Amino acid sequence: MNTILYYPGCGVADQARSMEKGAREALTALDWEMQEMSRWNCCGTVYSLATDDLMRHVGPARVLARAQDAGQERLLTLCSMCYSTLKRSEQFLTADRERLDRVNAFLDDEPDYRGGLRVVHLLELLRDEIGYEAVQERVVRPLQGLKVAPYYGCTLTRPRAAGVDDPERPTVLEDLLTALGAEAVATAERVECCGAYLTASSPDVARRRAVDIARAAIAGGAELMITSCPLCQYNLDTRLAEARGSSDLRVPSVYFTQLLALALGGDPAVEEHEIDPLPVLAARGLSVEVKA
Amino acid sequence: MADQVRLSKVALSADFARRVEELSGQSPYRCYQCGKCGAGCPFAEYMDLLPSQVLRLVQIGDERVLDAGAPWSCASCLACEVRCPRGVDIAKVMEAVRLLSLRKGRTPFAVDEAASRRLPQIALVGITRKMTP
Repeated sequence: MNTILYYPGCGVADQARSMEKGAREALTALDWEMQEMSRWNCCGTVYSLATDDLMRHVGPARVLARAQDAGQERLLTLCSMCYSTLKRSEQFLTADRERLDRVNAFLDDEPDYRGGLRVVHLLELLRDEIGYEAVQERVVRPLQGLKVAPYYGCTLTRPRAAGVDDPERPTVLEDLLTALGAEAVATAERVECCGAYLTASSPDVARRRAVDIARAAIAGGAELMITSCPLCQYNLDTRLAEARGSSDLRVPSVYFTQLLALALGGDPAVEEHEIDPLPVLAARGLSVEVKA
Repeated sequence: MADQVRLSKVALSADFARRVEELSGQSPYRCYQCGKCGAGCPFAEYMDLLPSQVLRLVQIGDERVLDAGAPWSCASCLACEVRCPRGVDIAKVMEAVRLLSLRKGRTPFAVDEAASRRLPQIALVGITRKMTP
């Protein structure tokens, strides 16, 4: 059994538990285990884009320092936003000794962050280390005939220097779907933002984004979308369901980890959705029980 | 009337352009106004100025950009950043404009209370961070 230190983040630890359950089930089938950090805090969710607020790197630095203090060279994330925020902060701090020293001065009750920790997204672990061929070999319930639109959103691939794949022509989700026996559907909106946190200030913008994304998925023939971010998942489920005139656009979404778990014979941990994915799965012979 | 030439009395400030440049770490003068950022922006339809117009106002030092709504419709999704042929990280310029606006005491963002029920924490933390000067 291989193990990897794992940072859940606040989304995955609460409203996106199904993302984590799916990942655990799938990794068990692949002889891997995620070991949650014994102590962690919020990554900050959004990477600081200004040059003068070093303070906002203290949160991510604490996480990185603790992972390093646990004797690890890398840290696994599931949520795309955590991945991006931790990875970009890591790059920002490691690139400049002076910056790193100043941030470390604020971690006075913690070990210093020495720089150089590798922040890894689960998709990178699957593609680059476990390998999609090995994943394919372990598939016990092929997702035959299931037409799935990957939805990448923003932070999984952008910016280029902190992304898991090409920001304009990514294939990491399509290739995973192919390995699972599903049919990956290309859509025009797969890398265009869902509205992210604007869902809190301008819910109508998020609703209209969700409608556009769902319309593109349907135009491509998709019956299901997959996400890698709890905020994308929320906007594509809740905001889409709320949108006026979306009754013929009700494409369900699940986390990629859930489809992975399902194909590998595990429990996909489907919880309550606004737009229920179970009928679509059942129609492809993939019946799933919902646990209360 | 047709013979009259109208001259603008708007005060322009090179200092303002420099502040944005310093805060964003991006030179606004790299932008040659091709408009590719706005063409691919998923939020351009909600903006009162296109991203390239925000950059133009910064270039000429027009502080009225601080009252624009456009930076508050930007979700820092970086679609423009990966597409800009001049390598300008426009999201950082938008962030600098937001911060300078916040630091002048403006608060154009508000959390929609009805919408915030059951919101994931990452949405609440994200928007709160964007409202913090």
